[in-house]
Amino acid sequence: MSETVSTAVPKIAMRDVQKRFGSKVVLDGLTLDVPRGQSVVVIGGSGTGKSVMLKCVLGLLKPEKGSIKVDGDEVIGMSPKDREKVLRKFGMLFQGSALFDSLKVWENVAFGLIQGRGMDRGAAKKVALDKLAQVGLNADVGNLSPAELSGGMQKRVALARAIAAEPEIIFFDEPTTGLDPIMADVINDLIKACVQRLGATTLSITHDMASARKIADRVAMIYKGKIVWEGAVAEVDHSGNDYVDQFINGRADGPIRMEVRRA
Amino acid sequence: MNPLAVIGHVTLEFLAQTGRLSRFTASSVSHSFLPPIYLRLIMRQMLAIGWFSLPVVGLTALFTGMVLALQIYIGSARFNAESAVASIVVIGITRELGPVLGGLMVAGRVASALAAEIGTMRVTEQIDALTTLSTNPFKYLVAPRIIAATLTLPLLILIADIIGVMGGYLIGTHKLGFNSGTYLKNTFDFMETVDVVSGLVKAAVFGFIVALMGCYHGFHSKGGAQGVGKATTDAVVWSSILILTADYFITELFFAGK
Ligand SMILES: Nc1ncnc2c1ncn2[C@@H]1O[C@H](COP(=O)(O)OP(=O)(O)OP(=O)(O)O)[C@@H](O)[C@H]1O
Ligand SMILES: [Mg+2]
Repeated sequence: MSETVSTAVPKIAMRDVQKRFGSKVVLDGLTLDVPRGQSVVVIGGSGTGKSVMLKCVLGLLKPEKGSIKVDGDEVIGMSPKDREKVLRKFGMLFQGSALFDSLKVWENVAFGLIQGRGMDRGAAKKVALDKLAQVGLNADVGNLSPAELSGGMQKRVALARAIAAEPEIIFFDEPTTGLDPIMADVINDLIKACVQRLGATTLSITHDMASARKIADRVAMIYKGKIVWEGAVAEVDHSGNDYVDQFINGRADGPIRMEVRRA
Repeated sequence: MNPLAVIGHVTLEFLAQTGRLSRFTASSVSHSFLPPIYLRLIMRQMLAIGWFSLPVVGLTALFTGMVLALQIYIGSARFNAESAVASIVVIGITRELGPVLGGLMVAGRVASALAAEIGTMRVTEQIDALTTLSTNPFKYLVAPRIIAATLTLPLLILIADIIGVMGGYLIGTHKLGFNSGTYLKNTFDFMETVDVVSGLVKAAVFGFIVALMGCYHGFHSKGGAQGVGKATTDAVVWSSILILTADYFITELFFAGK
């Protein structure tokens, strides 16, 4: 972690965030900055609290302790009105896609434009079809209902929906999971384009190291609700951190113990 | 476990639940009145809640009116007051049986459907997705359903009243040997506006209860298919109980105003 430390206010600043469900502590003093206009990728084992972290930033879950600032404004405990304003900056790709099953595919993609920004349906449909094309889905797919799509297609629709309104900040929760390697790379390029062309700030979660290497400016590793390592993507191979080494090499042996019984 | 601890736990849980429901109700009502109001969504819900409940509620009313005529006839024959059948049927249907049985049928049909739909949206994170797309779920999901149910139930019950009275008329004239003109005259001579109005007020309240319970239980469901199943059951059970409770209090209110 040697590169120039930016003095500018980070787009998102999480400090000592704690979140638990009942007695189960999921985030245990998590601290992470997402610098403006950069792509940060969070890696880490299943069930370590990555999705919960994103939901805390979005206000879908309320942390018990800590501080989360977006553009310098504290968002924990914010009034619903202010929260709505802050949320306008965000786009989110949910891990399970979370498409509205009562709406057609194109209406899903256009939803934020029509409901959130009051764009008229005709114009919004044009944008939606364009975004669908960017994720490799043609106009015919636009008229299907989400239940008629495969898992990977649903994921791409959800991705199109997340970027449709060209938000300032985009969260991608496992964008390439369930996609074939070629389509995964198309999606990687798309995410890169969001950052480079639109100047968006992105925070992504992935288990896919190829994807992480491609889209990340910075990588952070989460373990047991804490960030145990953070650095530029180039440093990830010689981080000197045992957790990171074990994770990127996919070894069963190391400091991270999977809670399974060995035969 | 210590019995005192159990009592304490149950009490706390009850208070928490009540607080949550009050907050939910307050949000639902305020979002129903504050703009933006989604007219298209309200119309769609009116169709789903009102129009498609018509067959069920209509059949319920028809048979209730028919059976009521028979029963009242048997009862009133014991003190030679058979002529009261028409007027008792119309009072029974409009004041009580139309709205309550109709309301309970709608509770079974609509509260369950709302809870299942919104519950599924909750557990598949669609409600979270709404929020991140700058759309308030209360505005978009809850308010249209509550407005639609509260507005359509009185209409639905008015139709049920007519069908129920007609059921009584059919039995009265075809089976019990009343003269058609006399039966109708008895029906309308003794009927008062308040009979119908009190029934329609009940219907509006029941509509509100059904939609509120459906949305509330759906909104707070958790844990996959099983959680949605529980939400559905709870929505039906609680809307039925609340309908019967509200029925008593509304009746008392109109009774006191007499
Ligand atoms: N709503 C909830 N109620 C209770 N526990 C929860 C809830 N959401 C998440 N958890 C718990 O929090 C922990 C972290 O969940 P999270 O979804 O953040 O994992 P993750 O890091 O995203 O894992 P994956 O890579 O498998 O998606 C899990 O152990 C899970 O059991
Ligand atoms: Mg996750």
